[in-house]
Amino acid sequence: MTSRRVFVKNGAFALLSLGFAPSFLQRTAFAQRPARRKQLIAIFQRGAVDGLSVIVPFGDAEYYRARPSIAIARPRSGDAAAVDLDGFFGLNPRLAPLKPFWDNSTLAIVHACGSPDATRSHFDAQDYLETATPGVKSTPDGWLNRYLQARRDETQASTPFRAVSLTPQLPRMLQGAAPALAMNQISQFGIHAGGTVGASFEQQYAAAADRVLNGTGRDAFDAMKMLKAADPASYRPENGAEYPRSPFGQALRQIGQLAKADVGLEIAFADVGGWDTHVNQGSSQGQLANRLDDFARGLAALVTDLGSRMADTVILTMSEFGRAVNENGNRGTDHGHGNAMIAIGGSVRGGRVYGRWPGLAPEKRYEGRDLAVTTDFRDVFGEVVVRHLGVADARAVFPAYALNAARFPGLFA
Amino acid sequence: MRKPTPAAILCGAALAACAASCVFAARVHADSDSSDRAVIHALNRIAFGPSRRDVEHVRAIGVSRYIDEQLRPDRLADPGMEARLAGLSTLRMSSREIAEQFEIPQLKAQQAKRKAGGDQNEKDQPNPEAARRANEPVAELSAQKLLRAAYSERQLQEVLADFWFNHFNVDARKGADRFLLTEYERDVIRPHVLGRFRDLLGATAKSPAMLFYLDNWMSADPNGPHPQAPRARFNRRFPMPPMPEAETQKKNAPKGLNENYGRELMELHTLGVDGGYTQKDVTEVARAFTGWTIQTPRLGGGYRFEPRLHDPGQKVVLGHVIKAGGGESDGEEVLDLLARHPSTARFIATALVRRFVGDTPPPALVDRAAARFRATDGDLREVMRTILTSPEFVSADAYGAKTKTPLEFVVSAIRATDARIPGAHDALPLVREMRELGMPLYFCQPPTGYKDTADAWVNTGALVGRMNFALDLAGNKVGAIRVEDQDALAGGGLAALIGRDLSEPTRATIDRASTGPQRIALVLGSPEFQRR
Repeated sequence: MTSRRVFVKNGAFALLSLGFAPSFLQRTAFAQRPARRKQLIAIFQRGAVDGLSVIVPFGDAEYYRARPSIAIARPRSGDAAAVDLDGFFGLNPRLAPLKPFWDNSTLAIVHACGSPDATRSHFDAQDYLETATPGVKSTPDGWLNRYLQARRDETQASTPFRAVSLTPQLPRMLQGAAPALAMNQISQFGIHAGGTVGASFEQQYAAAADRVLNGTGRDAFDAMKMLKAADPASYRPENGAEYPRSPFGQALRQIGQLAKADVGLEIAFADVGGWDTHVNQGSSQGQLANRLDDFARGLAALVTDLGSRMADTVILTMSEFGRAVNENGNRGTDHGHGNAMIAIGGSVRGGRVYGRWPGLAPEKRYEGRDLAVTTDFRDVFGEVVVRHLGVADARAVFPAYALNAARFPGLFA
Repeated sequence: MRKPTPAAILCGAALAACAASCVFAARVHADSDSSDRAVIHALNRIAFGPSRRDVEHVRAIGVSRYIDEQLRPDRLADPGMEARLAGLSTLRMSSREIAEQFEIPQLKAQQAKRKAGGDQNEKDQPNPEAARRANEPVAELSAQKLLRAAYSERQLQEVLADFWFNHFNVDARKGADRFLLTEYERDVIRPHVLGRFRDLLGATAKSPAMLFYLDNWMSADPNGPHPQAPRARFNRRFPMPPMPEAETQKKNAPKGLNENYGRELMELHTLGVDGGYTQKDVTEVARAFTGWTIQTPRLGGGYRFEPRLHDPGQKVVLGHVIKAGGGESDGEEVLDLLARHPSTARFIATALVRRFVGDTPPPALVDRAAARFRATDGDLREVMRTILTSPEFVSADAYGAKTKTPLEFVVSAIRATDARIPGAHDALPLVREMRELGMPLYFCQPPTGYKDTADAWVNTGALVGRMNFALDLAGNKVGAIRVEDQDALAGGGLAALIGRDLSEPTRATIDRASTGPQRIALVLGSPEFQRR
């Protein structure tokens, strides 16, 4: 009997010794040693998180003028104070679980980052972030899918787990011509019938004349076998990582598990909502703080669990836009523009806040009210695609945008 | 001792059809108009798949007459459909009524919640009951779509209602659109699916659903005097804390021209992306449509032309001069121009041929359908007739060449098994199923609509979902939906409907299955059943 350990240790190769070789392994050059892939884990904070409360510009005096009741206090002013990063920016105290990664220089921040499009509609802005074509609604596919397409020829090893979204439906970011898998619960991925029905379907698809159905069918059954062997129900995170019990925490736990199972994961996606804090946003306590607590503990658990694998992994967080600089009449914040993104990874040049800070004074604001955008989000995505994932020519991933390394924030050496 | 295996019986009919098909050359002859293969093919394309009753009907009257019948749904009795839908009360309501009964209570609940100042976690809705009710109209609309697709006699009309809604797609998630779609599908799309393209185009252009979805309702002349943006006035009359989306609109409203509709009108609705327009044309079209707005969008108001938002200057669209001072007629002139443009005829013809014939539309047929479109001033019935009576439609290349979308898969499974959906709301589990299969009805985000080609629909997760749906449906585990007479179905009735020669391995798997439901599931989940 094989144990989960064996699978986790040897990944898919354990399956070979068990006598069933997943067909994609046979198809691939992967058959000797798994080429360690670079991985990207994209985290979407849907609803527009208030970046000014996440990565706090305590050094900008205007911040405290604009937010009399919800600002995060300056560092070293008590428990509720921001955690100092560089003397100008600080972390929301509820993000303290991420501070060790800043300290060991694997966590970087890009602030005042966002879309060139002016929309303050969640709907449209999410669409633009996911397609990476701001202002163009009819783009058929998402940018992560276009990355998968761009690398299709190079990566001979196409596994059903190459791109996985831990969501009920495939997000726009991963929709497109390249295969990608959406799963709510990896433990429930399979044929829901006893007996030989699953095997019967497998035989049907293995024999299907339709090439696409045949290949996809094989992938599906391979995926089920691999998951079964991985025994997701008994997975134990490593290095003392403790994922929150929240849906977000559990999604990250499953990403961690897939990443460590050596099933060929390249792109993982999860999203988390609850950021649309128009009323009673709170500061170091309250509504937003509670969301951030879950968010930070989840990310910290994932980084801890992945351990040395973080050398090949980048976790990138994003949200459709930021929130207005001034707090509103309900001690909340309304829809804004620029925002902060967080990148964590072994190859990330961490311990720095990237991007030019435009300042919060009214005349520096976008349309007189919002944090201005000084870094186009496509330059962050572009740098990750080019320098981390290793796509030399990323033009097809970012259509109608002149990607230019000179504009990359510099997250990677 | 074994009796003849179920699969042997099951395949008898399929093999008979196959034997008939062996003598097929490139096309189905007129005298094979009622051959099983021709009948099955027609029902797979003109209808949402074969049902036992429709197979008998088409076999009796022949495919040609069936096509004639389906092209005149107004003359086709549809007994029972109204009764089936009777329980879905919102289907007959105006947008205003839906807003009053379903949307305003939700907004008020939100307002109350905000006053109280609680947590606004999206997943923790302020008032679950109000939120649930606000989603009811779209749920009922979705149930309606599935029920009509499964049971209506006017199958072509249903296929085309799906096609044209998708062509002029609007996503229910965009703000007010969730309560505007009932009226949109009923009054804007359905009446015109076999009518004149210009009428359909004009109806969508003036529909609150489209005006809201593609932002034209708040597009204004940036230079013009617009003392009152629509949003501001609305808020005064009906003060409440704005929803996030509403707030967005308010802040964007004074900013002027919005090109979204102008662009998608040409790229997606008429000319196609290579149809020969420029960015300058997009801007000019957007200028022409300034002032086409909505009366009280949050209250389900209708279309209204607002001169104060309109750009009165001259526009030049595709080289055609629209004189200054035209007001509302500027937009009509643009629609006339686009509806009669040769690129539009070709674009629409291509999309229809892709839907009804194959993922790679035969160019000669596209030419003929486009020519028919131009010759008849966009008479969609005549364009459809050209396509459905073409040799390409019945060619061997076209047979079983399309991969079913999740909608086609689910509905064709209901039809093939003659499954009974006892009450209208019992269709709701199918609505959920559509989400699981990656095609949530009325929730397609981009204005492109869902793709009509195989590549979009064959992926690992969705395929597993299809097999599980096959098992659930056959096992009578989809809510109250019942597949009756499972033994007769499993014993051959189902395979006759599929009409494709089931492969040897598929037959073998059916032979081995021990129960009727399993045999049915192995047919519905098979690779063969994923094609049409």
